[in-house]
Amino acid sequence: MSEPLSVSTPGPLLDIAELAKRFTVGGKQGLLARVTSFRKPVAPLPQLHAVDEVSFTIARGETVGLVGESGCGKSTLVRLINRLLDPTSGSIRLAGTELADFKARAFAANPHRARIQMVFQDAGDSLNPRYTAADAIADPIRRLKKMPGAKLAARVEALADMTGLPRELLSRFPHQLSGGQKARVGIARAIAVEPELLILDEPTAALDVSVQVVILQLLQQLKRELGMSYLFVSHDLNVVRLLCDRVLVMYLGKIVEQGPAAEVFADPRHPYTKALISAIPQADPAQRADRLRLGGEPRSPIDPDPTVCRFYGRCPKGTPRCAEEMPLLHPAGSARQVACHFA
Amino acid sequence: MTAIPALAVEDLSVEFRTRSGVVKVLEHVGFSVDKGETVALVGESGSGKSVTAFAVMGILDAAGKVTSGRAMFGGSDLLALSERDLAEQRGRELSMIFQNPRTALNPIRRVGRQIADVLVRHGGATRNDAPRAAIEMLKKVRIPDPERRAEAYPFELSGGMCQRIMIAIALACRPALLIADEPTTGLDVTTQAVIMDLIGELAGESGMATIFITHDLALAAEYCDRIVVMHAGHIVEAAPGRALFDHARHPYSAKLLAATPGETVSLDALASIPGGLPDLRRPDLPPCRYSGRCERRSEACDQPLPQRTVGEHHVVACWNPL
Repeated sequence: MSEPLSVSTPGPLLDIAELAKRFTVGGKQGLLARVTSFRKPVAPLPQLHAVDEVSFTIARGETVGLVGESGCGKSTLVRLINRLLDPTSGSIRLAGTELADFKARAFAANPHRARIQMVFQDAGDSLNPRYTAADAIADPIRRLKKMPGAKLAARVEALADMTGLPRELLSRFPHQLSGGQKARVGIARAIAVEPELLILDEPTAALDVSVQVVILQLLQQLKRELGMSYLFVSHDLNVVRLLCDRVLVMYLGKIVEQGPAAEVFADPRHPYTKALISAIPQADPAQRADRLRLGGEPRSPIDPDPTVCRFYGRCPKGTPRCAEEMPLLHPAGSARQVACHFA
Repeated sequence: MTAIPALAVEDLSVEFRTRSGVVKVLEHVGFSVDKGETVALVGESGSGKSVTAFAVMGILDAAGKVTSGRAMFGGSDLLALSERDLAEQRGRELSMIFQNPRTALNPIRRVGRQIADVLVRHGGATRNDAPRAAIEMLKKVRIPDPERRAEAYPFELSGGMCQRIMIAIALACRPALLIADEPTTGLDVTTQAVIMDLIGELAGESGMATIFITHDLALAAEYCDRIVVMHAGHIVEAAPGRALFDHARHPYSAKLLAATPGETVSLDALASIPGGLPDLRRPDLPPCRYSGRCERRSEACDQPLPQRTVGEHHVVACWNPL
């Protein structure tokens, strides 16, 4: 590589500003409709607001948790940051470099590709069944860094050591590895090209608790050793609480609350965060005192009314004001932000 | 809680014949579920939770064979019933919720029809009134706009919604026994809470006995009356949820609790369980299948496993309990 891509700039590693992704849905876009319709469509086609003007930052060495129910836009947001999907608008700056301008289609060959890597949800499904563990780990290095064969083999072995994968397993195929070993291959592959930001999408969801502990501790240790930042997407709030410095709570494409993980868990402000935290299973009956259950159905993400709070209808608070004025994310305490009129 | 066992599993052993030998998947498994009671089966993958459920339901893979035991249910042994009699019981008296609703539902049949099918086959409904009854069931599992949703295909519904359809199918004929195999894996915590409340309510209403298979100990403790901990095809401990959390007696249960991220404050406080499951194909499996991983192992462990009662409804299969 001729010029260094990552210059140590002050400020956050990742700076997401007003990032939005809207998908066009429905409408007669089929071939027949296009052939038979001579007029331009009168009304614009409905838009699904998957990620709606989201802004946040991730500092160097920070672990940020992203939580929210399925369909809230977590995965779309991750795919935007990871440059697998082109945003509709907004900016994605990685240490000062604007990544939103690069086309997702060409990003795989972009030198910046190595800087953001991802560990996928199910290590078993995301590994090529015809690649040995060594091939899987070497693949990103072959594609993104020029490295002679002997050096490459040594690097793969070093990565196996770092992630606690016994070297003799490197010649095995995914089906010959256990769940925990596959998770280690997935992590080794992601850190092979020395990323600055690692996106972890439910990396332990498919694992048993005893294996999960080992993998979480491995991730913690790698972060310390390599100085990466993590964006950690998970359903398991107990894991987020233990692993993350800060947490972002998403609801229907919007960030509704963010702040230091310890504070958010101890004192959730947004009604949705409250419901989320009170739904964590508790073995101790004393801790289950006030259960908050969400009724109703989530609002449609298709052409949402910009004046109505996204949580209106399911919110136990829901006042007429919530249906007339969308609450914006506003500061609540030193490091926290909440999007609710009443928090 | 009335003390009439709805299901009593006794001395259940299951083997799987594979190319690399006979795998002793379950050995002398025994537990019971009372009417209106919810019992959790917990353990790591490979511990035999699902195989226990499949054996009781009579839906074991062809390679699996029940080598001993009984499963007494309503006066008859489910393991001895003919396939025809069992098929009569399944759906009406016995029901199961499978792990992944998207693969368990028929993808090319409208969900209302799928519920109606069960009602016609097992519930004595006619083809004419079944659709009405199906919509009633959808209302019961709190699916909003049930008339419209009955016309939907599974792919048009969210995961939580599909899971509710599965529950509606399972509960359509008011079964006496429900087996729920990880019914909330992959669902959001908020949806999970709603579904668990729903199963609990329906169980309370009709006195249904429930076997709840999960690997989430906190979830089991919150929603179940008793927890049965399995390891490598053995039941190692059975206790009321709170008793298990307060004072787990089997070393494996204690390790499992220590690995669960719950009330702990730091990641370093969590401890993994050393070692792995023993190879269940070995002919010389020790009487205690946990002994290879156990810190409390002694010479006594080479004798056949004891069943020690250490508290009310609290049984542990260990020579050196904590």
